[in-house]
Formats: sequence, C-alpha cells, structure tokens
Amino acid sequence: MTETALPLPPDAETSTRQPSHAAVKLARYVSLKLLSLLVAVTIGVYLTILIANMGGYVDEILKGQIREEISVTISMDQTKKNLTVAERSRLIDELVTLEERRLGLDQPFLLRSLRFLSRAMTLTLGRAQWLSSDSGSKLVRNIILERLPPTLLLMASSNFLLFFVTLFFALYLSRNYGSLIDKAIIALSPTSAAPAWFYGIFLLLLFAAVLGWLPFGGMVAAPPPEGTLDYALSVLRHLILPVLAWLISGFFAGVYGYRTFFLIFSMEDYVELARAKGLTSRDIERRYVLRPTLPNIITNFALTLIGLWQGATILETVFNWPGLGRLLYQAIGLYDSPVIVGSAVIYAYLLAITVFLLDFIYALVDPRVRVGSGGAKL
Amino acid sequence: MNNLKRSLREMAKFPSAVGGGIVIAFLVFLAIYAVVSIPYSEAIRLWRGGEEIWGDNPRIVPPAWTNFFRREKQPTTIIRNSRDESPMTSKTVTEISEDMWDVVMTFDFDYNFDAFPQDLIVFMEATFVEKGPFVSLFWITPDGREIRLGEVTAKPSETYRFAQDERLLRRLKGVAPQIALFADPEKETPTVLKGRYQLQIAAVTFEESADLEAKFVAYGTVHGLAGTDHRRRDLTVALLWGTPIALLFGLLAALGTSVITMTIAAVGVWFGGAVDELIQRITEVNMLLPTLPILIMVGTFQSRSIWVILGWIVLLNIFGGGIKGFRAMFIQIKEAPYIEAARSYGASSWRIIFLYLVPRIIPVLIPNLVIGIPAYVFLEASLALLGLGDPVLPTWGKLIDDARSNGALYNGQYYWVLEPAVLLMLAGLGFAMVGFALDRIFNPRLREV
Repeated sequence: MTETALPLPPDAETSTRQPSHAAVKLARYVSLKLLSLLVAVTIGVYLTILIANMGGYVDEILKGQIREEISVTISMDQTKKNLTVAERSRLIDELVTLEERRLGLDQPFLLRSLRFLSRAMTLTLGRAQWLSSDSGSKLVRNIILERLPPTLLLMASSNFLLFFVTLFFALYLSRNYGSLIDKAIIALSPTSAAPAWFYGIFLLLLFAAVLGWLPFGGMVAAPPPEGTLDYALSVLRHLILPVLAWLISGFFAGVYGYRTFFLIFSMEDYVELARAKGLTSRDIERRYVLRPTLPNIITNFALTLIGLWQGATILETVFNWPGLGRLLYQAIGLYDSPVIVGSAVIYAYLLAITVFLLDFIYALVDPRVRVGSGGAKL
Repeated sequence: MNNLKRSLREMAKFPSAVGGGIVIAFLVFLAIYAVVSIPYSEAIRLWRGGEEIWGDNPRIVPPAWTNFFRREKQPTTIIRNSRDESPMTSKTVTEISEDMWDVVMTFDFDYNFDAFPQDLIVFMEATFVEKGPFVSLFWITPDGREIRLGEVTAKPSETYRFAQDERLLRRLKGVAPQIALFADPEKETPTVLKGRYQLQIAAVTFEESADLEAKFVAYGTVHGLAGTDHRRRDLTVALLWGTPIALLFGLLAALGTSVITMTIAAVGVWFGGAVDELIQRITEVNMLLPTLPILIMVGTFQSRSIWVILGWIVLLNIFGGGIKGFRAMFIQIKEAPYIEAARSYGASSWRIIFLYLVPRIIPVLIPNLVIGIPAYVFLEASLALLGLGDPVLPTWGKLIDDARSNGALYNGQYYWVLEPAVLLMLAGLGFAMVGFALDRIFNPRLREV
C-alpha cells in the first residue's frame, strides 16, 4: 500500500518489479514475528504469574478465605448447633480440605502455575474478590473489558496528537535550525523527564482549582448529559487536561529527538544533490528526509507507546479516569488480587499487540525488511 | 584526571549544564543537611511518632513565610506553658482553708495578627489522690473585658477545647470562640482586636499535695518553613528527608541498571552465539513484562519497603531497551585492533570484557546514567501516588499522595502539593539538564546539530 502512497528511494525500486515475492517475504516476516511474540507473551505471562504468587502468598489468601467462609457457614447452620467444639473443628477441617482439593490447592505449585498460565492465556481470569463491573459482573474479564475503552480513548487521542504535533514541529525546526525557537525547545527538552501525571497535578491546580475552567477529573459530567452530542462534548471537556498533561510531558523531548534525526539525514549527500538539482524544499523533505527517517521515527514512536501503558496507570489515577489504570489503583486499595493479576496479564497482552503492530508497520515502511535479507532482524 | 578536567571545562560551556549542576549541588547540600541535622531515628520519630510530637501544630496550614505576601497577616501558633519560666506566665498557690488551695495561673500573649486562630485548646495535667481540682477559665481582652469561659473538674489529664464547650458557644451567641474571643465588639464584621490578651486559669485543689499544670495553645493558621499536613505533622521533616531518599534511590537504580545492563551486553557480544542469542530473547520477553503492574504486585503482596522495590526495579530494567544500544557499540569495539592484540597475548575473556571492552563505553554510560536518574526518582513518586510508598520513610511522593487523597487541590491547600512537586521538579530537571549536556559532549555527532 505504501508503494503508491509515497515515492520510493532508489534502493527500493527492485521490489516493485517483484510484488509477489515481496508479499511472500512480508507474510513470512509477519508470521515469524507473530510466533516469536506469542512465545514471548507466554513466557511473560508465566513470569507475571510467578511474581504475582510471591512464594505462595496468593494461595495463603485464598486458603484463609476458604476457611473463613466454611467456618461462617457452619456456625450459621442450625442443624450443626449441637456439635461439640472438637467435632465442629473436625468437620471444618474436612470441608476445607475438600474445597482446597476442588480448587486444586493441594497440587504442587508447578502444576498449578501451568494451569494458571493456560487460564490466563485464554483470558479466563477468574472472579474478583471485591470489585465488580458497573453492570454488576464479578468476572475479572468483564470488569477489565468495561474499563478498556476509556483507556484506549485517552491513550489513542493523547498519543496521536503527540505524534503528529511533535513531528510537525520537528520538521519546522529542522527547517529553521539554530533559530531562537529551536534553541528554546532544546533548552526545554529536559522537562520531559517528569511524567505526565506530574504535569497533570499542575494543570489541575491551575485550570481546575484556581481558574475553575475545567473539571477536576472523571470522564463525563455527573449526571451524564442526555443527548449524544452533549455527552461527547462533556467527554471532550474532561479529555482536555489529561491529554494536555501527556502532551507537555512528551512534547519537548519528542521534538528534540525527531529534529535531530531530520538534521542528521538532511546532511546526507543525496539531499545536497537534490538541493543542487533545484527541488523544492517540500519535495526534499518528503522524499529524501522524511522517508529514510521513517523507520527511526516509528521505532521512537514504538518506545513511547510501550512506555504509555505504564504512564497511563498513574495519569488515570490522578484524573480519576475510569480506565484500566484506575482499576488497578482501586484493586491495590482493596487487595483484590485476581484483578491485579488479571490487569497485569492484560497489560502484557496490550504490550505484545503494540509491539506486533509496530513490527508490522515497520515491515511495511522499511525497504530492508521488505527486500533485503528478510527475517526477524530488529 | 586530565580527561575529567577537560570534560568539566566543556560542561561550563553549556549554560543548562551549569544550571543543572547548581541545582544538583543544592539538592546534595540539602540531603547532607537533612541527614546531619535530623538523624534517621529522629526523622522517623518526628514523622511517625504520634500526637505528643505534633499535637501542638495546627492542622493543614501553609508555611509561615507566606505572610510576606499577604496583606492580612496570619497568626502563628502561640503556646503558653505553666511549667516554663517566663514573664508571660505566672502561677501562684494560696491556701484558702485547711483543705482548700487556690492555684491561679495567668497566660499573657500579644495578638497582633489580622486573622483569627484555627483553634484554642488548654491541656491540663492534675496531680491528686482522690478529688480532682475544680478549674475555671477566664479570658481577658486588651480592652479589659472579662469573659467567663468554662469550668471543669480536672482528671489527671484533661483537655479543654474552647470550640466544643456548648455553654460557652451559647454565651457567645453561636459565634465560634476562636473568633468571638478575639473580635472587636465595636465592628460589624468580625475584626481582630489587637493587643495583649490574658487567659486566667483559676483552680481550687482539695489536697495538700495536689497540683495543676496547664498548657494553652492558640493554633495558628501558618506554621514553620513548610506548613503542616492533615495529621498536624510539620512538612519540613518530610521535605528535608525526602531529598536524600530521592537522590539515593535515583542514583542506585540508575547506577545498578546501567552498569549491569552494560556488563550483560558486553558478555553477550564477547561470547556471541548461544549466549548472545539467549540475552536477545530475554530482552524481547522482558519488553513485554508489564513493569508497573509487577511493581504494584510486589508492593501489594510482598513488601512496600523502598529497597525491595528498588531491587525489583533494577531486576526488571537490566534487560531493557538500553541493551541494544550498548550491544551495537560493543560490536564495533570488539573488532578494534587492541582487542585482537589482547587476545593474541592470551588475555582471558573476563579480562578483556572488564578491562578492555567496558571502559571504552564509560563515556557513553555516564550521560545515560545521569539522564536515567530523574526517571527513577519520578518512578518512586509514582508508586507512592498509587499508595505503595514506603511505610516508614517520608518521601516527596508520599507527601503528594497524602495531599491528593485529602483533597488538597480541591480545598485550595496548594502549598501541600507544590512544595514536594517543586523539589521533585528540581531533582528531575537538574539531572536531566546535566545529562543532556553530557550527552552532547560525549557524543560529538549530536553536538554538530
């Protein structure tokens, strides 16, 4: 698809002559990537489970819960009222062993962890201990699925905005390199050391607390507005501050990074030649600067995207955004271990999907992957 | 040594590096000052001790220096204790009859602020065997009015809270005592009547050995250098002690991660083959591990100690993205003639790795390390914000978390958020500025553009 969209640099010309060959290469590359990612995800999720179990701690919680539940049921049971203390405790012990065997808690850990793994991989995440979804479901999967769209909305809008704004600015700066604004942006690039939530706090202070222009948090006004348009506008109003926080924290370092790429590439000989041929700077930018830096830009973008899933957790907490991150925060507060483990598994999946998509796009734009020696070489 | 001098001279050419260096020097000074002036155990006591340590501080008030910027001067806390020898306090004991003694205490204080205090409390300690002393309290204003406050029969430890005395409230026509007692009766809107006030505590004791001591606290609306939090704790302690913790945490995490990552990359490149392959695969898997959720799980299930978390952070980051960059550099260096020379005279693999390969990378490592520090400082704050801060140590992140969960932004208590946030920002910016400059010095390709 990119063949028609963008003019090709000279070294990629051979591929257009053998499109079928290139397609096979691409398919092989993608399937290889997919396979290796699947293996990586499996290992990643397994490690997550091992860590989550923390030397049997999660099992201990579960066992304690079982014992308490059974004790309560028996003490409430009118028919068991006449039992002696010894008889009762023996009965409790029996029921507890039975229940533990039913849940497989008597099996060795290795076996159990493998069962956990197969369940986690198929997203059978179990039931939450305390939390429930807004629709009332106790299934961890339902809770997480309900929280996923807000997270995606926030992250997608923030990142696409950041990506295009930084790219545009970087191009502008590479054209006016050495100007005052260029120097200012370089000087400001260390501000990106602070994460988005940090700027979020300042933005909340300024726009919500002092000026009162924008809401303190949440996704829509309470109660939610009636009409679809009003609802969308309300969501938009709530989106402004978190997106802005994300932009501020990513902007300066992003622009600085891209700008440096562009400058390095615009010093290449072939750009000089193009300039000597009298091409317009727009054409030079598109054909000879933007195009070869694309893989680098995408790698850069990939790294931000991967970092994003982490930054989101706290940004959502600060802005009370009802997404995955805040779910995790609530789950920590309630010690709801199935939800915490479930979220970790989902995050592993999201990371894998991100990495895969980026590999795929990378394969589309990088002529070396399409034409060259092929194979997974990143 | 010459190298170091040259680098320093290079650094001086970057104004941002100089600025960052000054910021770092300030923070290091602050950290040393904190550790020297408040020893660790004392810091923990001040931060986690209990009511007797911070009971005399007002609750959630901004720092005292904010008065410089205010037209209406806010009051600081005034404390008068009958145990203190001071011209402002007096205590006399007179015998009334065989089994009755009169103990009269007066507490004088000048009140020249423009705002009313936050709260008024008298803490009393009575010593007696059977019958506690009967205490009456009176308030004398600068214009000579005498207001009867209340009466209590003192228990061994008695607290008289002005605002909770229903009868006093009725006598003051429903106006809160901390306002009514200081207000100018001539004015329509409550205005402070400035001048010398006196609190009189007259007690009748019924035993020869009985005695009464009292402490009067008029809680101010500003406090100390940094203000106080919702538990009346002085924020100065946490701000000061947050500095060494943040610096140490950031430095250790960045140092641990980058040095180990570099070593692993060197080992992988040198041995190549299966070792290299394994390291690459681990890196790929590691990229998919959700770092923050794992840290959250560690914090929830295992331990919230900052040092345990630090260990996990290093563990999760050593196979991070940095390994690729180091690898690319080592591959180049591996081909250098001096490495071949080393090999030909029979140097062992480990000797080559640690004495010939690794030192070549150090110029690249240093900027990497310095740039890495703020990320870890903020990571600690992030974890604290999720409620997973260290349970014992006071950190900047925990202050922000406390402030946020107590609605400081919503209630306009901005100082509570801003103070730790500004320090965090300073630490982040300082290291980032120096790191960026170092990067440009050590990587000449960046310098050209």
